[in-house]
Amino acid sequence: MTALKINGEVQQVDAPDDMPLLWVLRDVLGMTGSKFGCGIAQCGACTVHLDGQAIRSCVTPLAMAAEGEITTIEKIGDTPVGQRVQAAWLDLEVVQCGYCQSGQIMSAVALLAANPNPSDADIDAGMAGNICRCGTYPRIRAAIKKAATL
Amino acid sequence: MSPRLEAAPPVGRHALSRRAIFKGSALLGGGLVLGALMPRVTKTWAQAAGTPPPIEPPSAFLRIDEDGLVTMIIPSTEMGQGIYTAEAALLAEELDVGLERVSLVAAPPDEKLYANALIGMQMTGGSTSIRAWFLPLRRTGAAARQMLIEAAAGSWGVPPGECITSNGSVSHAASGRMAGYGELAAAAMALPVPSAITLKATDQFRLIGKSLKRLDTPDKVRGKTVYGIDVRLPGMKIGTVASCPVFGGKLKSVDEAAALAVPGVSHVLKLDDAVAVVGDHMWAAIQGMQAAAPVWDGGAFKDMSMEVLVGSMAKAAQSDGLVAHDQNDAPGAYGKAATKLEATYQLPFLSHAPMEPINCTVQVKDGVCDVWVGTQVPTRARMLAAKGAGLAEDKVTIHNYLIGGGFGRRLEAEYVGQTAAFARQVDFPIKLVWSREQDIQHDTYRPYYYDQLRAGLDGQGRIVSWQHKVTGASVYNSYMGGWPADKVDPDAVEGAVETPYAFPAQRVDYVRWDPAPMPISWWRGVGPAHNVFVVESFMDELAHAAKQDPVAFRLPLLEKDPRAKAVLQLLADKSGWSSAAPAGVGRGLSLQLAFGSYVGLVIEASVGEGGLIRVHKATMAIDCGFVVNPDTVRAQMEGGLIFGLTAAMYGQITIEGGRVQQNNFNDYRMMRIDEAPVIDIHVVASEAEPGGIGETGTTAAFPALANAVFAATGKRLRKLPLSPVDLGAA
Ligand code: FES
Ligand code: FES
Repeated sequence: MTALKINGEVQQVDAPDDMPLLWVLRDVLGMTGSKFGCGIAQCGACTVHLDGQAIRSCVTPLAMAAEGEITTIEKIGDTPVGQRVQAAWLDLEVVQCGYCQSGQIMSAVALLAANPNPSDADIDAGMAGNICRCGTYPRIRAAIKKAATL
Repeated sequence: MSPRLEAAPPVGRHALSRRAIFKGSALLGGGLVLGALMPRVTKTWAQAAGTPPPIEPPSAFLRIDEDGLVTMIIPSTEMGQGIYTAEAALLAEELDVGLERVSLVAAPPDEKLYANALIGMQMTGGSTSIRAWFLPLRRTGAAARQMLIEAAAGSWGVPPGECITSNGSVSHAASGRMAGYGELAAAAMALPVPSAITLKATDQFRLIGKSLKRLDTPDKVRGKTVYGIDVRLPGMKIGTVASCPVFGGKLKSVDEAAALAVPGVSHVLKLDDAVAVVGDHMWAAIQGMQAAAPVWDGGAFKDMSMEVLVGSMAKAAQSDGLVAHDQNDAPGAYGKAATKLEATYQLPFLSHAPMEPINCTVQVKDGVCDVWVGTQVPTRARMLAAKGAGLAEDKVTIHNYLIGGGFGRRLEAEYVGQTAAFARQVDFPIKLVWSREQDIQHDTYRPYYYDQLRAGLDGQGRIVSWQHKVTGASVYNSYMGGWPADKVDPDAVEGAVETPYAFPAQRVDYVRWDPAPMPISWWRGVGPAHNVFVVESFMDELAHAAKQDPVAFRLPLLEKDPRAKAVLQLLADKSGWSSAAPAGVGRGLSLQLAFGSYVGLVIEASVGEGGLIRVHKATMAIDCGFVVNPDTVRAQMEGGLIFGLTAAMYGQITIEGGRVQQNNFNDYRMMRIDEAPVIDIHVVASEAEPGGIGETGTTAAFPALANAVFAATGKRLRKLPLSPVDLGAA
């Protein structure tokens, strides 16, 4: 059993230490908001926070995740920055299919938490790890800037 | 319907149970007859409007409960394009309810009720949804409204003509009476469906034409939307699939004991050409598949390479093929032309790589089969599931889900049949999730095309002859399970025959060359994504050969099409076409009439060290006729453009040893946010019939970028993707 601190609660998980956090979340705990896109840290669909840092849960072993506090898309709206990002996302209708957007939002929140007023270059650096196959990039950029002003 | 298992949660503010929505309804039945149906626009909206179909009972699309909450059964699949909101607006507009009282569910498979009239089958694709449903859904909403009025008028003993509706209620001013739709629904639904209805005039619209907030996005930003891949069922196991990496090959052996030794793995299931490892979670399945180390027999395709494939196409391209279009003896005019140009263009195989990898969940038990999947083609999915499960179609229930990206991939449902074939070997539900590698290496690919162009100019630099020979696979043949060898595949020449231009002499030929057993299919932009690249690139070549500005060169050919001309002029104006481009930056242009919409695009791009392309800016002008949701049109243009630019810069699937060489996003590259251009979109206000938009941006991207690269570097690239090697080389 591994004790995992997720969204402010401790969950006991019966899974191998090397199992990537993504599958623990999705298949063991039934938290399907974090998505599988590539499995090799290329797309960012699986992004969650570990102690406030955006990480790719598809390549983060359970044992490593257990060392810190995890926040996922299911509860990011409870944080002030998360709330602003979600509001800006809806205001500008960023989302198309939405499949990448859990990860986009988790990356955007981490970026804004560390840098409340990101420049275009900061947005590029903070968000280039998240692929959107629907091509919502122009709106993601605008929504991050909008969230910074909310 | 089989309501005993879970179904996709509705989209919107309230939720009736699925059981309530479909109870007692005769929504099953009707089969998909392949071959008789065309996945292509056969009628325009205006033609359809000329012979309006009978009005379907509104119950096919609407349920109103006692509290006046409305459930809409949406015929098109939501895959990001915003169609749920748009189709809900069409119904709600004429029904006269606000979208805050509405929830949406996916239509079940039923060709009779939910076939897309422009395609002839129940399918979401080809940028046809708004074109096909603009009238039928409005007519349904209007019929229901009329029935609600009749019910109210009848119970009040007043003339229906004196009653009005407003946001979910009927009222009669003279008597001061008023009733909500919820109170009236039961009586209204018992009335006969009216044979004549009056639709609102466009200036009465409250919802249509407005940038309404999407109904599906609030859940999506909270991670609450359930896609097919998120389905969880009691007793369900999770697995992953490996198919023979060589197309057409077979499974030879698999180390079952090693797979079953992996903690969490419970089953190893086999088909002729694929294996599934199933267990408690995806991690067990992935590790189990590694341990299973399937051994394959590649078969006839196992030595196939790109060199052989393209060589064989080039050879086929020398044959005559079929005549797709022949007007005014173009070869003769070519012979007499003052200037002659010839060019060969090549377009690669492409994968769809939707963000949500292919997945499907199936339970086969007690003689019935339930399928949980996101599909663009519910009836096709049902047919293939039935085949895979070895059951009759009426024993199969499809639970359709929102899709995490389609782009054509989910017009195929072979993976549904495959999952059912695995699932029938056990009696619990299995969710099979493909790895991204499996997704890219077992896609149904956009075909490779090899196109030869020939044109002649007169002494003044005017086009006197245009000839285009397309060589490539027939997607019709593959999709329909057969297409006559002596018949031109309409998709292969779509955008080649009908261009925006009035050529004095034009000929289009088609040579069919199929790469079987490599699977091919529809890809966002379909025929035009291939032909518009070729036509607009060659137009650019001709403009330069004629020493004319590419806008000025095109304008005289548009005299007969004022909408095309207006779009080009708007584009030239908004893109600053006549001003000098910034230093080192090239501007490239494309113009198209595709999917019933006119689109012009100017790309500004530069080419840096090592031949790396940088796209700075995109300016688009579009006339897509009457617009249902302006913000959605913009979103589709932006997304479609980036989808096309991605493929233009990076997209190619190559074959070596009979197998796909690409694996994942590391070697099948996607454009990222730091590469995406600024996009400036101008939409022409129009009352013309609605055109499609989902694929237009994609189609425009290829030639505009190639032409911009030429303007920046003087290098004409006739092969996609636009390769840094080709650009850096000279
Ligand atoms: S699934 Fe983790 S980065 Fe793609
Ligand atoms: S919204 Fe579809 S992948 Fe980003």
